[in-house]
Amino acid sequence: MTKQVKQLDRVIIRFAGDSGDGMQLTGDRFTQQSAAFGNDLSTLPNFPAEIRAPQGTLPGVSSFQVHFADHDILTPGDAPDVLVAMNPAALRANLGDLPPGATVIVDTHDFTDRNLAKAGYSGNPLDDDSLDSYLVHPVDLTGMTVEAVKEFGLSRKDAGRAKNMFALGLVSWMYGRPVETTVDFLSRRFAKVPDIRDANITAFTAGWNFGETTEAFAVSYEIKPATMPPGTYRNITGNLALAYGLVAAGVQSGLPVFLGSYPITPASDVLHELSKHKSFGVTTFQAEDEIAGIGAALGASFAGHLGVTTTSGPGIALKSETIGLAVMTELPLLVVDVQRGGPSTGLPTKTEQADLLQAMFGRNGEAPVPIVAPRSPGDCFQTALEAARIAVTYRTPVMLLSDGYLANGSEPWRIPELDELPTIDPGFATRTNQRDEDGSEEFWPYLRDEATLARPWAIPGTPGLEHRIGGLEKADGNGNISYDPANHDFMVRSRQAKVDRIAASLPPIEVDDPSGAPGAGEAKVLVLGWGSTYGPIGAGVRRVRRAGFAVAQAHLRHLNPFPADLGDVLARYDKVLVPEMNLGQLAMLLRARYLVDVIGYNRVQGLPIKAGELAEAIAELVSQSEGVRVDLTGTEDHTREAHGRQIQSEGALS
Amino acid sequence: MTSTDLPFPGLHSGIERVPRLAEDQPAQTGKDFTSDQEVRWCPGCGDYAVLKAVQSFLPDLGLRRENIVFISGIGCSSRFPYYLDTYGMHSIHGRAPAIATGIATAREDLSVWVVTGDGDALSIGGNHLIHALRRNINMTILLFNNRIYGLTKGQYSPTSEPGKVTKSTPVGSIDHPFNPVSLALGAEGSFVARTIDSDRKHLTGVLSAAAAHRGTSFVEIYQNCPIFNDGAFDAVKGRDTEDAIIPLVHGEPIRFGKDGGKGLIRDAAGGGVKIAEVAEVGEESLLVHDAYQPDPSTAFAISRLTDAGHLHQAPIGIFRQVERPTYDDQARAQVTTAEALVDQAREAQLASLITGSDTWTVV
Repeated sequence: MTKQVKQLDRVIIRFAGDSGDGMQLTGDRFTQQSAAFGNDLSTLPNFPAEIRAPQGTLPGVSSFQVHFADHDILTPGDAPDVLVAMNPAALRANLGDLPPGATVIVDTHDFTDRNLAKAGYSGNPLDDDSLDSYLVHPVDLTGMTVEAVKEFGLSRKDAGRAKNMFALGLVSWMYGRPVETTVDFLSRRFAKVPDIRDANITAFTAGWNFGETTEAFAVSYEIKPATMPPGTYRNITGNLALAYGLVAAGVQSGLPVFLGSYPITPASDVLHELSKHKSFGVTTFQAEDEIAGIGAALGASFAGHLGVTTTSGPGIALKSETIGLAVMTELPLLVVDVQRGGPSTGLPTKTEQADLLQAMFGRNGEAPVPIVAPRSPGDCFQTALEAARIAVTYRTPVMLLSDGYLANGSEPWRIPELDELPTIDPGFATRTNQRDEDGSEEFWPYLRDEATLARPWAIPGTPGLEHRIGGLEKADGNGNISYDPANHDFMVRSRQAKVDRIAASLPPIEVDDPSGAPGAGEAKVLVLGWGSTYGPIGAGVRRVRRAGFAVAQAHLRHLNPFPADLGDVLARYDKVLVPEMNLGQLAMLLRARYLVDVIGYNRVQGLPIKAGELAEAIAELVSQSEGVRVDLTGTEDHTREAHGRQIQSEGALS
Repeated sequence: MTSTDLPFPGLHSGIERVPRLAEDQPAQTGKDFTSDQEVRWCPGCGDYAVLKAVQSFLPDLGLRRENIVFISGIGCSSRFPYYLDTYGMHSIHGRAPAIATGIATAREDLSVWVVTGDGDALSIGGNHLIHALRRNINMTILLFNNRIYGLTKGQYSPTSEPGKVTKSTPVGSIDHPFNPVSLALGAEGSFVARTIDSDRKHLTGVLSAAAAHRGTSFVEIYQNCPIFNDGAFDAVKGRDTEDAIIPLVHGEPIRFGKDGGKGLIRDAAGGGVKIAEVAEVGEESLLVHDAYQPDPSTAFAISRLTDAGHLHQAPIGIFRQVERPTYDDQARAQVTTAEALVDQAREAQLASLITGSDTWTVV
């Protein structure tokens, strides 16, 4: 049977099932296949905090969304074109996100009265008209999987577990994904259990073949590789890129990396990953608590290692006192906060950006800490290196604010050449730097470098430089305990001045304003963000531009200190919109610092900001500032309808 | 040969990998270890005696001064590092063992010491203390126990006796105290000892053994606070202590009192140990102290002879000293083993790490 192949420029697929159904693995494999094929992509895993919530219930639903395209994309997408639902709960939990016309592939096997009731259905939605606005493919994925793998003699339960690979095979056929990477992966992963390996590969292949032979799926789709800048690419998640960045910081500085950490979602994967890289001289220490994690890291820094601690918001709260000690002792220290929904335990597996003010101010006394934030999963690599550069150069703790979306989301990442990476010079002190009154040589641990205001870093084992540091206020220069009022005032200002001076080492802000030089073109509105909102902001800005209007975008990697030209850039635009996944924390800092009346766009739902909604907010602001009506109709990517049934008058595109 | 291969404890030194002074270098004196900072403890504070003992004992180790690190927390005793001309950090309340863990794990060439007090180590820092002991990090912890909070001016501490009247307990403390030695033994301590600030000879002997031990050496030092808890340890100080101090000497029968008239015997009924008149039970029944015994039960039982209330009687000496692999040695071994398997330069190794196995090229 010859089937029709349609061209699409982008697709958003969401795999959803029970948290034991292997949806994260399924999504990850589809992502790897798409990456290998050369599509640009962006992913959004979404899973419950419970490891195994009661089976078949709404709280137990786990999903993985992947957006892939033949062009440069910025977000995992607002709404899926295709939903693969492995049980009634997965259908019910995700249906609300689907636009009319979306394709829904349902595993009918679990649509029993009992499971329907668990999901809160009073009747079977496959039998009534509630799904009429979608193109629904009811398929007994489990039953066909069990049938396909029966030759391996597995229990019915074990056989059924391969249903996620059957689903993956089917969807891989629909979108012409290459299958080799997944077959290789399964061969490696289950090398020691041949039955399971063969069952999974067979289920995967059976799913593919089912798509090709059944009449239920008449069309497959082709999404061509994206045009991307030349280079070698891989797919990477934020936590993996962050761990690699820390390893690279060790190599680039020549310092052994010491990670002191306590397990916490969503940061634990950085600990897991770094613990694999002992061959780089990396030591990982799983501490008894968050405080010991950072304490050991600070001790290692004192001893001349690159001390790192990784955590999420609640852990930062516990580490605050030690961060203050690092500020006072002026030792290099990397503090990684993979932010999650708060306050308190909050939403452990969901994303948020609400720790900015905690990073900025969450300590007693005047305790300035530099803050950097990555904008995308791959950018976590460069940002980790930048954090290490600042920490080592300026002898200071540095806060790196990632978040749950960056941590688990993935994107194609152009692998940098080593000569693109910064060199970091620890510049250990090796000799005395002062003479006392009778001319004998001394070492002053708080004699600052004139350019950076950094103090010397003399590590134990260096003869003649024995010294004591600590949390008590230091006398400028010799570092002895000092309660002198004028000295305290001077030291408070010196620590602040040192952090402020980092700005001199930062490049100018890159303002993306196609209408001209900042402030000189037609754009009156600047959208300014930080962290993981980069994708949604970029996508929203594009839609407004597609409607024919000018809008500028800039994104901050450095939150403390701000780049030196930020005030100037802000002043060049009539309106500044600051989208954040919090109630306006960057906005508050900008208002306080620059007296600019920035406008917040704030969503705290535990999910990335939706580009479509943000585009409306940008359009509204452009309308206000230019006195025109901005109509975004037709600016969204236009391929959705090609997936499902033809909706009313919009018709099918291909 | 690893530490676990040793036939008996004590041979594998806690300082064997720390650089020593060369033979031809002049011997160090206590003065070399004295910093230029004025000591600011209260007159009569027991801390002076400990400081003096440490300053005069450190040269005996023969280590290079720059390879010695003292870490402290918060409290009167935690000012200690400022007065020693070594590397040091006066850190934050209770966290010294955690910070020292990072230092000791990062560097095998350092002799790491923690100076802490009963509030610092047993209240706010209790968690770090027990985990350091459990991991057996190569460091020596000196716990100055004065059974009171001094720096905050006289509140009861986790070792204060029940009923103690202090500023925060005007009608008497209702907290049951910790016995630091029992706690350390329960936390898998591999070297647990107790000594007294005023007994220079005993203190120095215990410090020497503690430094020589590879792993976490825990030393409780009874230390008098003349301002807020004066006389807390009078029973075990000065003259007429023979009924109060139960001396523990490895390989010796445990006996004390006038003419050694009392001793420890097994308590068949309670499963522990008890005090008996030697004349009644006979010398042959006396318990012979075995600090090297792998099972800590007897050491724990002996530690229970310490008064929980006002101190009249306490065992003094090394309760336990056993060889056990240290966390820091093993952590470094894992790293060096992994490093030895790589024959690439670090840069090439990094390039292949970040490239991984699934890549595609855009031209």
